[in-house]
Amino acid sequence: MERYSIFSLARNAISHHRGWQRAWRSPDPQKTYDVVIIGGGGHGLATAYYLARECDAGRVAVLEKGWLGGGNTGRNTTIVRSNYLWDESAGIYEHAMKLWEKLSADLNYNVMFSQRGLLHLAHSVHDMQEIGRRGSAIYLNGIDSEFLTPGQVREMVPFINLDCRYPVMGALLQRRGGTARHDAVAWGYARAADNLGVDIIQNCEVTGFRIEDNTVTGIETTRGLIGARKVGCVVAGHCSQLAELAGFRLPIESFPLQALVSEPVKPVLDCVVMSGSVHAYISQSDKGELVIGAGSDGYNSYSQRGGFDIIEETVGPVIELYPVFSRLKMLRHWAGIVDVTVDRSPIISRTPVKNLFFNCGWGTGGFKATPGSGHVFAHSIARGEMHPIAEPFSINRFNTGALIDEGAAAAVAH
Amino acid sequence: MSVQQFRLERESTINRSRVIRFWFNDTAHEGYQGDTLASALLANGVRLVARSFKYHRPRGIYTAGPEEPNALVQLEEGAYTEPNRRATEIEIYDGLRARSQNCWPSVDFDLGAASSFFDRLLPAGFYYKTFMWPRSFWMLYEKYIRRAAGLGRSPMEADPDCYDKTYAHCDVLIVGGGPAGIQAARAAGLAGARVILADERPGLGGSLLGEKYVINDRPAMDWVDERKSELSDMPEVCVLTRTTVTGYYDYNFLVANERVSEHLGPHNSGAPKERLWKIRARHVVLATGAIERPLVFADCDRPGVMLSSAIRNYIHRFSVLPGKRFVILTNNDTGYRTALDILDAGGMVAVIDIRSHPAGELPDTARNTGIRVLEARTITAVNYAKGTIRSVEVMQLSEDCTQVTGNAERIRCDTVGVSGGWNPTVHLFSQGRGTLRFCERNQCFVPDRPSRNNPVTLAGSCRATWRLGDCLKEGFDAGISAAGEAGFAMPGMTHEEDAVQDTDHHEPRPVWILPCEHPIGQGRKKHFHEMQNDATIADIALADREGFSSIEHLKRYTTTGMGTDQGKLSNLNALLALSEIQGVPMSGGRVTTYRPPYTPLTMGSIVGHDRRDLFLQRRKTPIHSWHDRAGAVYEDVGDWERPRYYPGPAETMHDAVQRECLAVRQSCGLLDASTLGKIDLQGRNCRWLLNMLYTNAWDNLSAGRCRYGLMLNEHGMVFDDGVTTCLDDNHYHMTTTTGGAARVMNWIEEWLQTEWPDLEVFATSVTEQWAVASLSGPNARALLSGLTDVPLDDASFPFMSCRNGTVAGIPARIFRISFTGELSFEINVPARYGLALWKALMDAGEEYRICPYGTEAMHVLRAEKGFIIAGQDTDGTVTPMDLGMDWIVSRKKEDFLGKRSFDRTDTARPGRKQLVGLLTEDPEFVIPEGTHVVKAMKNAPPMEMLGHVSSSYMSPNTGRSIALALIADGFNLKGQTLSVALMNGTGHHVTVTDPVFLR
Amino acid sequence: MLIITCPWCGQRDQSEFTAHGEAHVARPEHPEQLTESQWGDYVFFRSNPKGVHHERWVHTHGCRRWFNVVRDTVTDHIFATYRPGERKPEIKG
Repeated sequence: MERYSIFSLARNAISHHRGWQRAWRSPDPQKTYDVVIIGGGGHGLATAYYLARECDAGRVAVLEKGWLGGGNTGRNTTIVRSNYLWDESAGIYEHAMKLWEKLSADLNYNVMFSQRGLLHLAHSVHDMQEIGRRGSAIYLNGIDSEFLTPGQVREMVPFINLDCRYPVMGALLQRRGGTARHDAVAWGYARAADNLGVDIIQNCEVTGFRIEDNTVTGIETTRGLIGARKVGCVVAGHCSQLAELAGFRLPIESFPLQALVSEPVKPVLDCVVMSGSVHAYISQSDKGELVIGAGSDGYNSYSQRGGFDIIEETVGPVIELYPVFSRLKMLRHWAGIVDVTVDRSPIISRTPVKNLFFNCGWGTGGFKATPGSGHVFAHSIARGEMHPIAEPFSINRFNTGALIDEGAAAAVAH
Repeated sequence: MSVQQFRLERESTINRSRVIRFWFNDTAHEGYQGDTLASALLANGVRLVARSFKYHRPRGIYTAGPEEPNALVQLEEGAYTEPNRRATEIEIYDGLRARSQNCWPSVDFDLGAASSFFDRLLPAGFYYKTFMWPRSFWMLYEKYIRRAAGLGRSPMEADPDCYDKTYAHCDVLIVGGGPAGIQAARAAGLAGARVILADERPGLGGSLLGEKYVINDRPAMDWVDERKSELSDMPEVCVLTRTTVTGYYDYNFLVANERVSEHLGPHNSGAPKERLWKIRARHVVLATGAIERPLVFADCDRPGVMLSSAIRNYIHRFSVLPGKRFVILTNNDTGYRTALDILDAGGMVAVIDIRSHPAGELPDTARNTGIRVLEARTITAVNYAKGTIRSVEVMQLSEDCTQVTGNAERIRCDTVGVSGGWNPTVHLFSQGRGTLRFCERNQCFVPDRPSRNNPVTLAGSCRATWRLGDCLKEGFDAGISAAGEAGFAMPGMTHEEDAVQDTDHHEPRPVWILPCEHPIGQGRKKHFHEMQNDATIADIALADREGFSSIEHLKRYTTTGMGTDQGKLSNLNALLALSEIQGVPMSGGRVTTYRPPYTPLTMGSIVGHDRRDLFLQRRKTPIHSWHDRAGAVYEDVGDWERPRYYPGPAETMHDAVQRECLAVRQSCGLLDASTLGKIDLQGRNCRWLLNMLYTNAWDNLSAGRCRYGLMLNEHGMVFDDGVTTCLDDNHYHMTTTTGGAARVMNWIEEWLQTEWPDLEVFATSVTEQWAVASLSGPNARALLSGLTDVPLDDASFPFMSCRNGTVAGIPARIFRISFTGELSFEINVPARYGLALWKALMDAGEEYRICPYGTEAMHVLRAEKGFIIAGQDTDGTVTPMDLGMDWIVSRKKEDFLGKRSFDRTDTARPGRKQLVGLLTEDPEFVIPEGTHVVKAMKNAPPMEMLGHVSSSYMSPNTGRSIALALIADGFNLKGQTLSVALMNGTGHHVTVTDPVFLR
Repeated sequence: MLIITCPWCGQRDQSEFTAHGEAHVARPEHPEQLTESQWGDYVFFRSNPKGVHHERWVHTHGCRRWFNVVRDTVTDHIFATYRPGERKPEIKG
């Protein structure tokens, strides 16, 4: 692999950039692989990369039905954080955070991981209790977390309207939180995995599984049958369909999740600011666009589009909190498909079919977990037993009741 | 002040009697009413108006419409400022101020342009390949990258303008007020349909505004005026100008943005700046027209290069000839029309046609008029200096148009018009899930199949119908059929043909990327296909070389189409370039998805009036005005504002809460409990339902008696609690938490309607029908007895029962239930009497020094007694057993919601988190709520957590701090000493106790 | 932005309605007789099809009644709506 650096850039400039190699090959599928990963998004490519780098997994392929990173990897609002309430969640997201912190160097690809700080605003007594609890848990899990007063929030975001409907009473800050360049994550992992010998096969759609003796032995695809000793399935937005092909159901429903960006402007918002109860998620990209996360539409859909009412409900709170943005313009809005579990936590698990593993159900939070998810999934597949960090995220928790309920703690009552 | 030396004498849509003064980059200029900022700047000879995103190259005005990629300006200043406004769309008004963006110190001399000296180091995606060493430096690099990026500046003051929003329903919505759209509106209007015709320009006419057409032997604009007055006579036809339809959503829901008053400038009449239309149409007619397609040649981004149609627009619509000496570069006949119009307007012009031997009406006319036509040639250099093009160099094209040969001829000129044919505006059609196909004949994407969700008809050049006569007919037919689809059939109505002079249309030679003497990407000259983001054809080749060969990868890697114009000019040429590089034919599958909005949409207009006080409702109880006068500090609970405490003079929150708590236990207090959820249940099967909803048994609850219950979801977890009262065997009054009221109501309805439809139960939310004053404390009975006819003694009105009667003469339903653990009466009266009741109780309470208390004191008082708050001491992961409330779970009932979940492996597991009390070693120390409990402190995190403190207060009645906590195996830890781990690194010893602190 | 035909009120804007997931998931008659995984399947597992979906909606800002909708989850095309207890209409996706 040619190393990327300012020197290689200068060297190639002399030849008018005609000498750059392909970032990844475009091989035809082989007859059989030791491990096949279905899904060429960030998580799938990361899984393949760690399989090849750390797991001595033999021949590895990634099958992608469209183009790399074309699902939620390229559609999310790029927020990275690890300030979760439950130990299990903190475990996987902090594992990811530590990998993020050296990812550009690991991959030799600048994924623009930017730890510009991430604020969670609290707007009510209940919110204050919630961030108090979460902040304490994060701290005791050894993860950075700080409480800010409204005055300190204003120092970070001078133009915020603290006295909006549901006034800002305080905030939880994770300084190590921030954003990354979503496309670059897929491309960087693809390039690095390819360099380690992983076959990345685009435009290859899975149409069925070969299952013998309740054990997966191969995958039927639009490019023929591909034998596989082990299969990892990482297909956000399509996992229920693949599960159906393999003969089981998942505790998942799929919804449209929208996002929007403004026209680019000069730097104005340095950190990421999230407000759960007023529902405003905003950051500014390096290009200058305000990147705003919307809520999901309320009905199951795979259409990758949502209603304008959701856009209205999203922009309203943003302008309430940041009245200075009212004259800025929305440039584009779009939608992805989010796979939502009841406890808002992912599934990283064995399945009823032997040697078939699923990694899915990340809901709205998948991007930030990409390196950690890929890493523990790779180790789980390679060893045939779940990585300790992945263990709690088993499908079986929906039978035993051992949910990891990140959604429940935010409920309001009394 | 400069003179308008490029202004023509001829008539157009500008109003010469009204001179407008405006400032651009601090220089004063004059224009006329009807000018856009672009036309007025061109009239004054201002050509360099902007700097590009990446290389800070000088840029001018390239178009006359919303597709403008270059001429973006910062409009106005202070609170009224707006970045990235297209000069081609801003209507000028007196005192307008605009300036160039993304340049320093000025647009003429921009230090940022230094980046063009090392631009060879900055190919597409360069940032992915560098800035990685040393690792810790990325944040520093990024700081400078961010500063260099962005375009204009955000306002830093709140928006002083207001925005309106409206819904509209119509039979036929027509998008585009050009010839086809006008005809469609007319036809649908004649058929009697309710019609909305929307156009983004200040007036109707569309392409006719910028052309020299003749209809029925008169100028086309006369025809437009006649049609306009015809439409205004039709009562069911609504014409919206300055209105851009920006989004096409499912089931013919379209969003349009009307610029109501911004053309008058800031501080205008008080009218809203913009209005957002949310339109539901039975049928949609898209007559959105077409946008001229650029040709990509060496340094085609120089100020003075513009679309040939834009030149015609400036001549005909604004009486501006934007140069003196022109060169037109074309691959089709349209360029000749521009050349003829330039000549007619007094300019000098030559045509460079990439075709050999172009034949046809327009080329012939041009030659006959004496215009110099250079065939099979292209521009290979644009010589640009000091803000103006000085000349272009022209060379012979090879047969296949991939190379140039021979010597360069230098042609003096100051303006270059380019025409690459036309590209239908299919954005809205595609947003509405219509599919596109690649039209070989016209070499562009055209609408293919509409979605079955969205009935739509297309007319005119948006479906590649080019001739005016055909557009008029198609528009009329579309109007008829759309009205018919909407139920307004007009059998026999036919199109009366207008006499139109039109010229033949010849398909372009399908070449848009033109060579120069060095291979593209290997010399100083750049071939920009995407001007706003500075993406070049060489970038496309690089992307493909590196494997970013899918169109989506290409778009993202090169940032093509990611600008504020969303690639209206660049996308097609990028696709074409990629196809050529890959040797793959173009097809409908290769187009990227069009995303709303069509043009950027002001966020303020999306919000409309829903800001400040109207952002979200504030629910207030009938007693609110009293709380206001008493100086209450409020707490938001759900949408309600509840008094949290009532601070006396110089009292802190702590002081006030302690005082309120003591008053309740020592004499009596009064709480406004009106916000509690209340559901009236009636019908024969209420009892059966209650048995399913709650964990305890309801069979033997007699009339007039109350019972507390826990509600579980099917996971077996507590989600709400409250007291339900049997009013009679078929009538119950249920209460819920304030925040859970709607959730419980929906929960009940869901089960009743979908699972148990045979039950006779009618559930009605009566939260807002009752005002509730909760009188609590040892003197409650004495106080109330003076106001009511209801006997209050224990025997006639026992605990957990309900009586009807009057209080202070007001009919009341009184519940003897208690959340404070003191003797309490919750007095419910019809909401309109709430304030009167409250006042009567306060007056009567004077002798007992009655104390109004808020939610904070309520929380302390209930915690002293170990009562939970659902949602604070539970979080959706807690069973009744976890709360130590086994007593409320019926062992006899065969079934209730959530019961089966108790036996699951994890739910039945010993050692779950359980609710206990905590007493701190230091009785003065109040643990911050949320703090976690550990077995023993370590020097530093990580530490294993046992659980967290869910409630924590200074309890005046026990004289010490108290806390409730959910901790693992808590019931077995009672009596033990643990620690709470504070975030400052210290710990504090706590003893695990029973959660009841005051007996 | 869908248009939904409420079986009682007629055609209304989607904003009046709330979706509530898969229809025809009947509560087991004897939960106590189910295995852990049979119970888990009822509470949490859904078919989540890509294509024709039978789902429940409620006319929240209208008659507040629940009903069923048959919708294609890819095109969002609504084929039919019907009242609870009525037979599933035959749909050719």
